[in-house]
Amino acid sequence: MSEKVLMKGNEAIAEAAIRAGCRHFFGYPITPQTEVAAYMARRMPKVDGLYLQAESEIAAINMVLGASAAGVRAMTSSSSPGIALKSEGLSYLAGCDLPALVVNVQRGGPGLGGIQPSQSDYFQATRGAGHGDFHLLVLAPNSIQEMVDLTYLAFELADRYRVTAMLLADGILGQMMEPVSLPDPAAADLPPKDWAVTGTGGKRLHNIVNSLYLKPEDLEATNLARYEKYAVIQRREARHEAFLLDDADIVVAAYGASARIAKNAILAARAEGIRAGLLRPVTLWPFPKAAFAQAAKTARAFVTVEMSMGQMIEDVELSVRCAKPVTLCSRVGGMVPAPEQILESIRQAAGGAK
Amino acid sequence: MQTVFEKTPGLTDAVLHYCPGCTHGIIHRLVAEVYTELGVSDRTIGVAPVGCAVMAYDYFNCDVVQAAHGRAPAVATGIKRARPDTVVFTYQGDGDLAAIGTAETIHAAARGENITVIFVNNAIYGMTGGQMAPTTMPGQITQTSPYGRDPAVAGYPLRMCELLATVDGAAYLERVSADSVKNIRAAKQAIRRAFECQLAGRGFALVEVLSTCPTNWGLEPVKALDWLRENMIPYYPLGVYKDSARDGKEAAQ
Ligand SMILES: Cc1ncc(C[n+]2csc(CCOP(=O)(O)OP(=O)(O)O)c2C)c(N)n1
Ligand code: SF4
Repeated sequence: MSEKVLMKGNEAIAEAAIRAGCRHFFGYPITPQTEVAAYMARRMPKVDGLYLQAESEIAAINMVLGASAAGVRAMTSSSSPGIALKSEGLSYLAGCDLPALVVNVQRGGPGLGGIQPSQSDYFQATRGAGHGDFHLLVLAPNSIQEMVDLTYLAFELADRYRVTAMLLADGILGQMMEPVSLPDPAAADLPPKDWAVTGTGGKRLHNIVNSLYLKPEDLEATNLARYEKYAVIQRREARHEAFLLDDADIVVAAYGASARIAKNAILAARAEGIRAGLLRPVTLWPFPKAAFAQAAKTARAFVTVEMSMGQMIEDVELSVRCAKPVTLCSRVGGMVPAPEQILESIRQAAGGAK
Repeated sequence: MQTVFEKTPGLTDAVLHYCPGCTHGIIHRLVAEVYTELGVSDRTIGVAPVGCAVMAYDYFNCDVVQAAHGRAPAVATGIKRARPDTVVFTYQGDGDLAAIGTAETIHAAARGENITVIFVNNAIYGMTGGQMAPTTMPGQITQTSPYGRDPAVAGYPLRMCELLATVDGAAYLERVSADSVKNIRAAKQAIRRAFECQLAGRGFALVEVLSTCPTNWGLEPVKALDWLRENMIPYYPLGVYKDSARDGKEAAQ
């Protein structure tokens, strides 16, 4: 099916996951991601797959861990408060070097917060997904088509590097409808899962999937090995989109739904004679540091646009090594920045309101 | 020369780390003998808990996943649903199964998850050095109930077999004890039936094994066995709490 169909973001993720060969989905209802679960519940039985509603997000992520340990592509989806409950499982997945896909359709917080879109889980996704030293591979789509493409990519990279990938979306993208094409994902040459628990079949020694290392030397060694792998991922897998960036004086940094709105503001700024451009991280971890460092050579200032109190801004500042001023344009709690607000931030960065 | 006892190939050659007189070792052997004798060790997958048995992955000579504290039934669910042809068991202590993992236990049972759960009830948190467990007896002294468990403050012990017997999805529930040769024989039979339950696709099976923790009970191994008999068995009566095969047959008669 590569002709275009009109789909909601949440449903597009679900359909893409099935096309990517995922037949095991474990979930727990929460707004605004519920359509992912509902779509899975409808479709999975038709493709010999499993939709299983767990008793909690904690159980769901541990079911994902079990299925992944058994060598199949497995996923769960949730929204912010539910992702918090998955922290333990995310850490164990990392400690066991298991691939999986976790979708977070973010909503406002903290606490029960609200059910409107937000991007306030950036820290949680890129820094604080659970205890211990580890990273999730974090992909941030900004269109329904990208929700499909990045779901394919997430499964591929997860299997290639034995890491858990997170698709970090938000309530806007989850609920939005756009035409998408769903080609079958390209066949990838992936390493065999010879570490999986499948039963020995009497043909090999027993496989052990484990994150416990009581000898500090051993535990340190696993951490170092994992970080070597992370270094490879940082070198190879950082992705970004550049929009009117080449001659930009003012670089707007935004991901996901914020980046869509920012594009309008950038065009408006250009119409006023301000050379603005967009640098949109597609991977939040690894963060496209090199692209930012490059942009910092010619840009005068950076503006990050986020539906958070300023989280990604830290990565932007780190990437440009504070060589250029970086300011924040934000709305939170389910509020969405308007193009005019972003335009005003661009004007200020460019040297004052016109 | 006739061999009268052989270590089961279901266990690896690793030396068990359990304290002298601890019944964890016996229960390991029973489980390994059962899956070996049933001829399914090459398609058996174990799930180890967080607790003294955390390193069960080094001992069971089958594929093993080490789960987070209390989550073994959820991990086992994921494995079994991904590979229905395998034989999946969890091995869990009372803190793991009846405190932090209560929800995972009850809901795995409620789903009729086709797995086998070995539940080692030693009335204490062994691994962390002897704190009060959900199964600690009223009056029992532990590190965190130094004046004896006072139900007015700390509530009452949970009887998991009785509790799970009300759950339709549970197919086989039995409580046994590892305190004597006779009871250990019976324990093995129960474990065998719990694995056969899974092989027959009948759903959730759990065997609760009353077990000792001489180290944290502060008793010598033989005294610990006496304590188990005198204190635990009266509170946790042995027996079959549910057997869908038997109950089904009875209903059909
Ligand atoms: C989330 C979490 N909380 C607490 C612990 C600490 N902890 C390790 S083992 C254990 C209790 C184990 O007791 P039990 O399940 O009864 O098994 P036993 O050691 O007695 O065999 C606890 C509380 C942990 N590892 N993880
Ligand atoms: S602490 Fe208790 S349960 Fe743990 S190995 Fe020692 S005796 Fe056994």
